Amino acid sequence: MTAFVIRRVFQSVLVLLAVALIAFALFNYVGDPINNMVGQDTTPAERVQLRHELGLDQSFIVQFARFVGHAAQGNFGLSYQQARPVGQIILEKAPATLELSFVAAMIALLLGVPMGIYTGLHRRSLVSQAMLTGSLIGISLPTFLIGILLILIFAVVLGWLPSFGRGPVVHIGWWSTGLLTAGGWRAIILPAITLALFQMTLIMRLVRAEMIEVLRTDYIKFARARGLSNRAVHFGHALKNTLVPVITVTGIQLGAVIAFAVVTETVFQWPGMGLMFIQAVTFADIPVMAAYLVLVGAFFVVINLVVDLLYYVVDPRLRIEREHTAGG
Amino acid sequence: MATRVLRLVLAAWALVALAVVAPRGAEAKIFRWANDGDSNSMDPYAREETFLLSFDSNMYEPLIRRNAKMELEPGLATEWKQTDPTTWRFTLRQGVKFHDGTPFTADDVVFSYDRATHPGSNLSSPLSTVKEVRKIDDFTVDFITNGPDPILPMNLTVIDIMSKKWCEEHNTTRAADLTKNEESYATRHENGTGPFMLKDREPDVRTVLVKNPNWWGLKDEPIDIDEADFSRIANASTRVAALLSGELDMVYTVPPQDISRIAGTPHMKVWKTPELRTIFLGFDQSRPELLESSVKGKNPFKDKRVRQAFYQAIDESAIAAKVMNNYAHPTALMVGPGVNGYDTALDKRFPYDPAAAKKLLAEAGYPDGFSVGFDCPNDRYVDDEAICQAVTAMLAKIGIKANLLAQTRAKFFGKINAPRYETSFYMLGWTPATYDALNSLKNLVQTRDGKDGVFNTGSYSNPKIDALDKQIGVELDKGKRDDLLHQALTLTRDDFAYIPLHQQVVVWATDDKVDLAITGDNYFQLRFVKMK
Repeated sequence: MTAFVIRRVFQSVLVLLAVALIAFALFNYVGDPINNMVGQDTTPAERVQLRHELGLDQSFIVQFARFVGHAAQGNFGLSYQQARPVGQIILEKAPATLELSFVAAMIALLLGVPMGIYTGLHRRSLVSQAMLTGSLIGISLPTFLIGILLILIFAVVLGWLPSFGRGPVVHIGWWSTGLLTAGGWRAIILPAITLALFQMTLIMRLVRAEMIEVLRTDYIKFARARGLSNRAVHFGHALKNTLVPVITVTGIQLGAVIAFAVVTETVFQWPGMGLMFIQAVTFADIPVMAAYLVLVGAFFVVINLVVDLLYYVVDPRLRIEREHTAGG
Repeated sequence: MATRVLRLVLAAWALVALAVVAPRGAEAKIFRWANDGDSNSMDPYAREETFLLSFDSNMYEPLIRRNAKMELEPGLATEWKQTDPTTWRFTLRQGVKFHDGTPFTADDVVFSYDRATHPGSNLSSPLSTVKEVRKIDDFTVDFITNGPDPILPMNLTVIDIMSKKWCEEHNTTRAADLTKNEESYATRHENGTGPFMLKDREPDVRTVLVKNPNWWGLKDEPIDIDEADFSRIANASTRVAALLSGELDMVYTVPPQDISRIAGTPHMKVWKTPELRTIFLGFDQSRPELLESSVKGKNPFKDKRVRQAFYQAIDESAIAAKVMNNYAHPTALMVGPGVNGYDTALDKRFPYDPAAAKKLLAEAGYPDGFSVGFDCPNDRYVDDEAICQAVTAMLAKIGIKANLLAQTRAKFFGKINAPRYETSFYMLGWTPATYDALNSLKNLVQTRDGKDGVFNTGSYSNPKIDALDKQIGVELDKGKRDDLLHQALTLTRDDFAYIPLHQQVVVWATDDKVDLAITGDNYFQLRFVKMK
């Protein structure tokens, strides 16, 4: 177990280095940040000077090595756009994204799993058909369109919910939360639903397919033959066995939710890391982009590690096999 | 009807909920507004960028400011005059205090000049003609220029005055240095003399300014709003939705496709005025062979007839009407109304005439036309890419195949600007920072020599215009100077140095209870805002 974790951590470092390398290779294509940083009257000599001071005239390898060296010490440099330390900017933006992702994931799970179970058990009912059709719409409409539609209906026409931002936030240490105020909750509803819709559909369909599969197996038939109640069969035996793939997918999707909150955050002007990244791209703000990509890489690595460890908890067979091979 | 009642009830409920969450003083007037960008710094020298300069000038003030008609008027200086050709003398306003209570004196002006012209500051170019700033007494300073500089007062409108004492106390006597890994105190704090003070700032999200109850100008110019609550909303649809839903009182930039929708919504108002920025097309006129063209061994744009053919093949009135929905002012000059040197009498475009254009091309030796690369930004100017697409289609009619490359601004400027200048045919926009035509001439038309003509991407060169620019630079008589400007602008026009297309229109949108002053420089000033 410990060896497994150590091996994975070592792999993670390699993955992050690869992410940073690819990111740096891409920065050659985002354009020239200098023009965004100086006024139109700045002389060419001053531009060259600035480029030199920022090290942008050095070779790709030198720039990359310097970035890795500084990043290893937790120093991501100053944002070209804001002239503030990148680490500090990310720390400010992270709570917004994490809260949004968390609420969206909760909505997706708390609605998706029960809906999946229901549609799996009552395959022919009208309600199931309606849920499946509805979810198809949710999965086929692009996120930005759903976001704009929700804004149009709930903010512009009905005037119930705010169309942008996080609402009032409360600061607890470096963390800022919108979940302690009514205004914050009102603000998170629309973006969280937008972000959750796709995941919810995915989870629902996955649970449904697994349920249908499991309900066909012999041990369910035996359980019924033993005269167990429907409730015990469905939730005690069937549901538990559908969970391994659900955990994998949910875990990986959580990474995706954080990474792809970009679109939702842009539509709702949600002040998180995704919006920060998009704005950094338009400005060619290389320090911010580099730090963000490495961070998202780190998220995926950590989530995958946690998911792997969760398998051990959920599936006893994995523990036995591992001990068996280790012993033999 | 029932839905309307329901909406009212729900709106009322939402208001109550909001009031519970954020209790406000009943009488405080709060003005809520949004822009697509954020002022990247509270430091007024951080960047020479319209939004930053206009936002920060609510808190900081220059010696000479511009009024609601963009005319010069006394700011922190009460009067100014040239005591000799190279000396401008400023008499400073007395009794002015910075927001921290420190009195404003000549030392602050000398210090501000020093800070604005040292590394870290992006505002050294407006002061490039100044040799020295000399304190005469506590309320008199002299600006000594390298040569005669008739437009120094115009340049000084963007140089906000900072407090020497405050900057020294907070170790920010130089503007932010990006190569050091620390934030400058002035990036998120301010201490100006202006009508508004910074109350709260979350960079990129929200910035709250409150009225300065001790502002020197309050007597003549009462400030109507108590608080201005600024949000950044980058997404155009969301920005408009937030205005329509009543969450905001004012937004800009307004996306062109939403203008009529906002205007058609009850209680909404659209404000517009011609902008100072001129959008134009330029040609590579220096390389012996174009980088991107089917013509080999020579440069067709060196031939004036080819440039004229391009000009007359483009139907600018159609672009203004169809692409820009009439939110454009077609122009024959490289400067527009509101810029010193502009003259309506000169602003006559050559006619759209594709037949004549085709004939000119044939005379120049290209009866079948040719192909040429065409560089365009797609996120810089209003409908930039759509304009270029229209131009491409119009040029096709005279046999010119323009291969359009529309890119994001960071890529676009990297390609066409110094030092690469790698383009054959391109679109660009220019706002003269001094509101004076000489700035456009020097940057766009004057021969490129490393100092001037930096944005003369096509390297156009005309000794007559260069000579005129030199004269204009030192001519102190306004009448003579304007006459010289007109000559230079006419020469530029008649030589088809560029194809000027149009001036954009500044569009702001507000709730109709808001009154404000819209100006062609897109410089939004909170001190002009009134709310019913």
